Amino acid sequence: MDAILLQILNGLDKGGAYALIALGLTLVFGTLGVVNFAHGALFMLGAFCAVTVNQLIGLEQVTQDPTQLTPWGTPVEIREPYIVSWLGDTGLLILEYSVPVSILAAIPVMIVIGLVMERGLIQFFYKRPHAEQILVTFGLAIVLQEIIKTLFGANPLPQTPPDALRTAADVGVMFGFEPGQIVYPWWRLVYFLFAALVIGSVFAFLQLTTFGMVVRAGMADRETVGLFGIDIQKRFTVVFGLAAVVAGLAGVMYTPILPPDYHMGMDFLVLSFVVVVVGGMGSLPGAVAAGFLLGILQSFASMTEVKSIFPGIDQIIIYLVAVVILLVRPRGLMGRKGVMEG
Amino acid sequence: MKPVKATARNDHLLFVVFAVVVLAMPIWLAPLGAGYPDLMQKFAIYGLFAMGFNILFGLTGYLSFGHAAFLGVGSYTAVWSFKLLGMNPLPAIALAVVTTGVFAWVIGYISLRRTGIYFSILTLAFAQMSYNLAYSVLTPITNGETGLRVLNDDPRILDHMVGRGEADGSLVATLFGVEMNGMPGFYFCAAFLIIGMYISIRIFRSPFGLMLRAIKTNQNRLNYTGVSTRPYALTAFVISGMYAGLAGGLLCVTDPLAGAERMQWTASGEVVLMTILGGAGTLVGPIIGAGLIKYSENIFSAFNEQTLHGIFAFLPDGIEGAVVSVAGLFVGEGWHLTLGLLFMIIVIFLPGGLIEGGKRLVDMTGRGPRGGGGGRAGDAAPQAAE
Repeated sequence: MDAILLQILNGLDKGGAYALIALGLTLVFGTLGVVNFAHGALFMLGAFCAVTVNQLIGLEQVTQDPTQLTPWGTPVEIREPYIVSWLGDTGLLILEYSVPVSILAAIPVMIVIGLVMERGLIQFFYKRPHAEQILVTFGLAIVLQEIIKTLFGANPLPQTPPDALRTAADVGVMFGFEPGQIVYPWWRLVYFLFAALVIGSVFAFLQLTTFGMVVRAGMADRETVGLFGIDIQKRFTVVFGLAAVVAGLAGVMYTPILPPDYHMGMDFLVLSFVVVVVGGMGSLPGAVAAGFLLGILQSFASMTEVKSIFPGIDQIIIYLVAVVILLVRPRGLMGRKGVMEG
Repeated sequence: MKPVKATARNDHLLFVVFAVVVLAMPIWLAPLGAGYPDLMQKFAIYGLFAMGFNILFGLTGYLSFGHAAFLGVGSYTAVWSFKLLGMNPLPAIALAVVTTGVFAWVIGYISLRRTGIYFSILTLAFAQMSYNLAYSVLTPITNGETGLRVLNDDPRILDHMVGRGEADGSLVATLFGVEMNGMPGFYFCAAFLIIGMYISIRIFRSPFGLMLRAIKTNQNRLNYTGVSTRPYALTAFVISGMYAGLAGGLLCVTDPLAGAERMQWTASGEVVLMTILGGAGTLVGPIIGAGLIKYSENIFSAFNEQTLHGIFAFLPDGIEGAVVSVAGLFVGEGWHLTLGLLFMIIVIFLPGGLIEGGKRLVDMTGRGPRGGGGGRAGDAAPQAAE
């Protein structure tokens, strides 16, 4: 029982990332009808927003103290981040919470990136075949990741969560287990809650606001909405920006879990596509449910007990599920009948 | 350019010209700085790879995003054949093609139940599965990250039978006493490229090829007519996989080392690019595309700061420095950036590929399109069966 609970918990953070990326993919596909292979790159860009912010606020002022000498006879260098010398303890706090703080920077950056991408490239591909959409966004993904590689190098850049969240939570106690049985890193729990929050806000935005209502109407029948005199295109462009923000935030918060490197986007993209397919192309709840489901399945498949029965199952479980789903129920778990059932 | 009709005579001509051009590659590539065997082998091998991909994508319109898996399977089979049977390339090639064919049949049988983007994702999923397995559980077969090599104490039964088993040191594929590296290796690959071209021409001109084109143009209509399209598409998929297996086998003939990175999905993307760059659905386009990509990869990755400074030396100092640092992003390590940009530019501006671009150019320069342009079959056709 405790092992099962632990595996479910383990799947939640990864599932959260899948769900967030798949949510954006589905939004873009449902509104613009574009298969965006560069969506993983947006996740990666978000992660590197966190890296950049961390590097910027970590900029240090180097002063030399001639009264003290190092063993090599040179003056001792005193390094102090500018932010600490300006803001004192607040600065230290900002420094420690650099990952959550990056969210503030990531939102505008990702909106701009998303809008530029949509206006600059994607809008010319609405009417082109899916194959060409896949190819051009694939090319874009390569370009983006190579740019990041040139700027930040090829090595992963580990980011640290705040000190308070660096330890593990004894989650088991909350569920009435013995202490120490189910231990789970705080940050992963935070990530899950964060993912749930973002997903909740996206759904609330789509369900409760007029803007969201128009977007949903446009997803269902774009022409009719256009006949009402609504510039649906403009709204869809905003939705693309929103999807970019969601992917970016997923990336920002994921940095303490997985040190970002330039190809993390590609790695997650393929899986997220599979998630979208399993959940049902064009179904937002499907994308979220499938994201968590596959994340949890993957963590179950990584258990040594399972691996001893089916060696290597952890590597392929997600793809295997996708293959089965596509063959048995091509519209996905929650896809609507007749939508992209091909 | 006159509208070329696909008559038997024209095809023979095309084939002969193609064979001559391929065999004369060492001569006409030398002035371009590409006349050395290693690179020409790559041209021939990736030409085959793209040619096979084109039989699937160009004719049927099914976009497979997992073709690199077949390249990998072909490579592993070839190396295992070297290890077990000996360094003769012929059984290695034969086994590689057959194994890949079987593998492609299994994957195709499942993937072809879906069309459009689902097909792409299914093939991608299978390729990723193979890639992940090659790195993890199948390590006894694939030797994981190290890559599979031929070792001196491998059985190599055939080699021992003819008494060459004790040969230590260089373990190179050897056919009738000729080592398959350098020029002989190139001619070996070129022979397969020419054979592959012949088969490809025959497929393009056959009723079977016509049926494949019909699938691309409008699969629904075919279904309504009572034609079951799946066997045709599956045959095309298997043939295309066998080409990829052949290419993978040849990669190992010229260099007996197989690694899983060959199966990564970026490699699948590369063959798509080659085909599109040359012109999907045309006979020679994909080979031209493959050649261009491999050529520029070779040229661009070889560049470094010094060569760039040499090239831009005529510029004033300040500007030169700036130009070199900008250009430096695109060469050497940055070759992939160039590749990605190329990808986008081709898809955005020239989705028909260079062959179509050339046609348009000819049309513009006056002769005019007689016979209605004679473009690709199904060029303007609505996307079949979304």
